Amino acid sequence: MGSCVALVGNPNVGKSTVFNALTGLHQHTGNWAGKTVDVATGTFTWQGSEVTVVDLPGTYSLQTSSPEEDIALDYLLHSQANGVVVVCDATCLERNLILALQVLEVTGNVVVCVNLMDEAQRLGVQVDLAALADALGVTVVGVSAGTGAGLDTLREVMAGLAKGEVTGPVRPAQPPMERVHTAQAYARQAVDTTPTPQARRQAVWNKRMVSGFTAIPLMLVLLAGVMWLTVAGANLPSSLLSQGFDWLGQQLEGWMGDWDPALRAFLLDGVYGVTTWVVSVMLPPMAIFFPLFTLLEDLGYLPRVAFVLDHAFQKARACGKQALTMCMSLGCTACGVTGCRIIDSPRERLAAMLTSSLVPCNGKFPTLLALITLFLVGQGGSLVGAAALLGVLLLGVAATLGCTRLLTATVLKGTPSAFALELPPFRRPRVGQVVVRSLLDRTVFVLARAVAVAAPAGGVIWLLANITLGDTTILAHITGFLNPVGQLMGLDGVILTAFLLGWPANEIVMPVMLMAYLAQGSLVDMDQLTGVGALLEAQGWTMTTAVCTLLFTLFHWPCSTTCLTIWRESKSIKWTLVAVAVPTLLGAGLCVLVNALGSLLGI
Amino acid sequence: MDRQWNLAALAEGESGYVQSVSTHLALKHRLEDLGLIPGTRVTCMARSPAGDPCAYLIRGALIALRQADARQIALCPAHQRGA
Repeated sequence: MGSCVALVGNPNVGKSTVFNALTGLHQHTGNWAGKTVDVATGTFTWQGSEVTVVDLPGTYSLQTSSPEEDIALDYLLHSQANGVVVVCDATCLERNLILALQVLEVTGNVVVCVNLMDEAQRLGVQVDLAALADALGVTVVGVSAGTGAGLDTLREVMAGLAKGEVTGPVRPAQPPMERVHTAQAYARQAVDTTPTPQARRQAVWNKRMVSGFTAIPLMLVLLAGVMWLTVAGANLPSSLLSQGFDWLGQQLEGWMGDWDPALRAFLLDGVYGVTTWVVSVMLPPMAIFFPLFTLLEDLGYLPRVAFVLDHAFQKARACGKQALTMCMSLGCTACGVTGCRIIDSPRERLAAMLTSSLVPCNGKFPTLLALITLFLVGQGGSLVGAAALLGVLLLGVAATLGCTRLLTATVLKGTPSAFALELPPFRRPRVGQVVVRSLLDRTVFVLARAVAVAAPAGGVIWLLANITLGDTTILAHITGFLNPVGQLMGLDGVILTAFLLGWPANEIVMPVMLMAYLAQGSLVDMDQLTGVGALLEAQGWTMTTAVCTLLFTLFHWPCSTTCLTIWRESKSIKWTLVAVAVPTLLGAGLCVLVNALGSLLGI
Repeated sequence: MDRQWNLAALAEGESGYVQSVSTHLALKHRLEDLGLIPGTRVTCMARSPAGDPCAYLIRGALIALRQADARQIALCPAHQRGA
């Protein structure tokens, strides 16, 4: 195809927002360096001609020093792209021009797109686009991709670029230092800055969020707030969904009245039971957590978390950006593993990958919450629940740091590499877009994956629980076999079996456990949490069992999707096995320890 | 000032002009990409709670650097350079 235009730009200039606005294709954009890790493609039509847009990974330079930058340079040199759009941030034009000048030394088929014009105006930065176009010798278009202003002009120019109608001279190559001076000179000609009250307010807030005595309390409060909203907000919709599914299940049962009883039980108690449990327990917290998290991302808060936590990671001889991938793992560990590409040093990237499953992902939240509510805090209300969940989360962070230090002291020896992390300006989050995008891109995606796993798993578990081999069911054989190991860890055979069968998705661990406990192999109604509590106590659960189950939920092998992702990213079976071993050994070790302590103290 | 003055010694809100960058090559190149070369004005904007890393304003962008790296970037005081 002949009409292809590539988007190039520094990380965090809203390049992906421009891409989405141009093509209407949904692609997730985050407010931190190097988020776009794969090359995304989309198309738009301008006056009858179709233009293909390629969104290259954000890069500071064409002198390659990270895998992302390799992709960008390689694409510019060897692709069939007819032109390049260099996306710049109007609030930080001088730095952005360095890359624009580099691109202009490679090709003259360039349009410079100055994005975030609205943001610049709010901060008192005036950009003279005509002066900039004069200096650079190519077309310059100002846009605000968030609101859509200037996009039609950009489309028109890009269509011209694709046809070869818009072009400029190729610049002679400059040594890096001179290029910086040129960028400085051009920026002085084109930019006029008079800080507004808003700009000063932003500086003050930035300081509060990253330094002194306020940074860490603020971070904990924000995190606790997100947890509390997730916990408190999910209760009602969860029970409504569960009731709705119960009612639907009864209707289905009536409708299947004359079916074979075994088939009916297989479908309803196995497949339907587990699937609807996963949906009703997972959907509400996810639909709250993901948008809230995306909002923090959009605001530009996450790189500041990395800034605040970098000292700890430095002590662990790792990269502060690991704090970012750790945050991503809270949503979904597989996403966190992919996100590790933002870490430049291979050694530190591996350390981040191997410890990625030590913070609990969204799929573990419901199980953790149920255990906390049932055994640790009682019905202490959502505030206590959120605080306990925060505690569990901090335990995960501590484990991440500890294990990282252990890894960097043993198998991943080396000196900490350079760390230059950009803290992007706070951006007003586009609330509507954030909610829609995070629901569409993340919630539906993760839920669909969980359901795709839960439905067949429900069937398999029902079969295991109902097919008799010798004197008892297959499930009983397995749980019996695992029981000694489970007992040593303060668990039992059933719990361990549930974790094993839950390998495809952490969400199904709890329903599998309950199903195995109930002799008939069907699921109890999670609507009555107290009923579950009574069931577990009847099965001999003590406080020690609850704590050990909680610890093992937090620290055990990563789910199958994560394992696959780690293997794909590290291209090594060995490191994938290490990634499985690290959390498993930690979890098993802690459980054995707690169990020993528990029996010593007679709890 | 006769003592060696470097980026790590900047107090919050204080500015200086870069005299020389003697970090290892990978970081030196990254800093060039970010526009940090001799002659560049740098302001220390914030210290993280542990005092390390710090956030510096470099050509309009806020960049966090570790102190071990910042010590390798020599400065001359703002008043010696003029604007």
